[in-house]
Amino acid sequence: MATKSTDVETLVKSKYRHGFYTDIEADTVPPGLSEEVIAMISAKKDEPEWMLEWRLQAYRHWLKMREPDWAHVQHPPIDFQAISYFSAPKSDADRPKSLDEVDPKLLETYDKLGIPLHERARLAGVAVDAVFDSVSVTTTFKEKLSEAGVIFCSFSEAIQEHPELVRRYLGSVVPRRDNFFAALNSAVFTDGSFVYVPKGVRCPMELSTYFRINAANTGQFERTLIVAEEGSHVSYLEGCTAPMRDENQLHAAVVELVAMKDAEIKYSTVQNWYPGDENGKGGIYNFVTKRGDCRGDDSKISWTQVETGSAITWKYPSCVLRGDRSVGEFYSVAVTNNLQQADTGTKMIHIGKDTSSTIVSKGISAGRAQQAYRGLVRVMPGAQKARNYTQCDSLLIGKECGAHTFPYVEVKNPSAQVEHEATTSKIGEDQLFYCRQRGISEEDAVNLIVNGFCKEVFKELPMEFAVEAQALLNVSLEGAVG
Amino acid sequence: MKPLLEIRNLHATVDGTEILRGLDLTVNAGEVHAIMGPNGSGKSTLAHVLAGREDYEVTDGEVLYRGRDLLDMEPEDRAREGVFLAFQYPVEIPGVNNAYLLKAALNAVRTARGEPEIDAIDFLKLVRSKMSLMQMDQSFLNRGVNEGFSGGEKKRNEILQMSVLEPELCLLDETDSGLDIDALKVVAGGVNSLRTPDRAIVMVTHYQRLLDYIEPDAVHVLSRGRIVRSGDKNLALELEERGYDWLREAANA
Repeated sequence: MATKSTDVETLVKSKYRHGFYTDIEADTVPPGLSEEVIAMISAKKDEPEWMLEWRLQAYRHWLKMREPDWAHVQHPPIDFQAISYFSAPKSDADRPKSLDEVDPKLLETYDKLGIPLHERARLAGVAVDAVFDSVSVTTTFKEKLSEAGVIFCSFSEAIQEHPELVRRYLGSVVPRRDNFFAALNSAVFTDGSFVYVPKGVRCPMELSTYFRINAANTGQFERTLIVAEEGSHVSYLEGCTAPMRDENQLHAAVVELVAMKDAEIKYSTVQNWYPGDENGKGGIYNFVTKRGDCRGDDSKISWTQVETGSAITWKYPSCVLRGDRSVGEFYSVAVTNNLQQADTGTKMIHIGKDTSSTIVSKGISAGRAQQAYRGLVRVMPGAQKARNYTQCDSLLIGKECGAHTFPYVEVKNPSAQVEHEATTSKIGEDQLFYCRQRGISEEDAVNLIVNGFCKEVFKELPMEFAVEAQALLNVSLEGAVG
Repeated sequence: MKPLLEIRNLHATVDGTEILRGLDLTVNAGEVHAIMGPNGSGKSTLAHVLAGREDYEVTDGEVLYRGRDLLDMEPEDRAREGVFLAFQYPVEIPGVNNAYLLKAALNAVRTARGEPEIDAIDFLKLVRSKMSLMQMDQSFLNRGVNEGFSGGEKKRNEILQMSVLEPELCLLDETDSGLDIDALKVVAGGVNSLRTPDRAIVMVTHYQRLLDYIEPDAVHVLSRGRIVRSGDKNLALELEERGYDWLREAANA
């Protein structure tokens, strides 16, 4: 069926709905990167000497590294000296102690995004550590968490209040020299979240952080570290949207997860940064390193992500299955529309015995977008009876988009069992017509089909997040039929 | 009586090939019409053109549905106005719950009729009663749309949807194909339950067999994109006996 291309184009051209930005005076370091700038960032944050030293070592190593070029994405060279590496709300000196003290404009921004912070926090029992640009502005539910012994705070605060924990675990999963962008992040990260769940504690609530990129031309370098001690359990939600921008914005976050014996970490992401306009102008460059270390036996780390935003995404949430019988999971929905590019997937490194991993990746491409799944399953010689199941499905909407699959499998232990299934399908013209013949509009039909395609991943998301993710998908694919 | 459907001099092409070549047909409310004909005569094309499939291009003629220009309407609007096509090959939509699709469809139709959306409890009640009529297991509701259904299950599901949506004009495209005799009886029972004075049924079929269970008021023979003969149910029996060739020759003459 030739769905009328004019209709399709109109629908595809629907604008980014979260395109606005808040007018808050930002305290921004001038563009450019040098040891002085790093020292300035560190000083602004009143950091201890060891932290500055750690950053500088990362920086010195970064200078010797080359930007990776293997990803299936294209973009003009990034001028790292044109980026401003620090931006904090002006009111940094007198930080709000509670929501009442928070800049009303900021709260307004959250409202526009449909994130009524206080309401959401109270009703849903979610503690929210809202990161606005680089500095955490507000943290709620601290008391309830501290009763349980859970530490949930901004990274800056953790450096001040829990330096021994930060020193012990920072860089222990993603070393400073891991890759170009991780090294850059290590040198200049400004803030992020820190979670520590003590032995045997089940975190009493889902922990949630909403990220937002705001000040113009400011690189975002978040750092997140989650440590789950023996027998503990934590579920962490990360969600983000960004205002409309002309300049490309670089985002290079690092997330490190550590799960000790019998511990479980569930990390869920909904990512909706500005993807650029229909001509590919603007949009976020999202070059992220996320890795979880199943350090103890019988531990489990589960990544679930719904990626609809960013102009370019380069992201491989991974699990290092070190402990025996440890479990790694990766559930992903990635949507690219217009000129978005995504090279995303996961790595599962089996080291311990009887380790198992599951990968379910759903890629949806529309418009002229290009998307690649890149996955590595590596079974080390000692990983007796390791098991992996990979399912990798691509859905194409229209004729001008592309899907590519790069699955790498390296098995060094003959007892391993590795399964890989992959499909690529076009959103069926038959399916669309069938739905329309039942009275369902074309747009609703696309949503219906896409949501059905992603169902296996959505069911892994916490309930309220799943609803949000579904809505987000619908917005991202508005009318992307062809 | 005012006709429900009037087709006049309908011409339609697919990929530049003319399939319908001046088709005329009038269907009144309360009637059941059977469209028969050999393979490639344009039966399925007719059904799809009426439903609004866009890769069929109408090059001439007009179709009035309840006095309105049907060809001017989007497929979803036709459906909301009461045109239903039971597909010959119902498509699978993996991961989409059967009940969910049906509820969305019902609410689209209800909204168009100016009725409020149905609530979940009433919906389930309605669907369950229709399912028992179609001798379908309740588990169908929670399966993906047509996902892994057998041919017969897919056809039953089509008629289930039809009986829930209660359209005015039911188009059945080879609904009997691929059905064993028991399934055929169930499907025919479902269709017969929809025979009312204000509804019309147009069924496209290759075989006379279906007409043993759904007795038509009129039978038309389609050949090379045109109706070459119309009659009552006896025409179907005659076709069963003599095949289509004698009519094809007549059409060519």
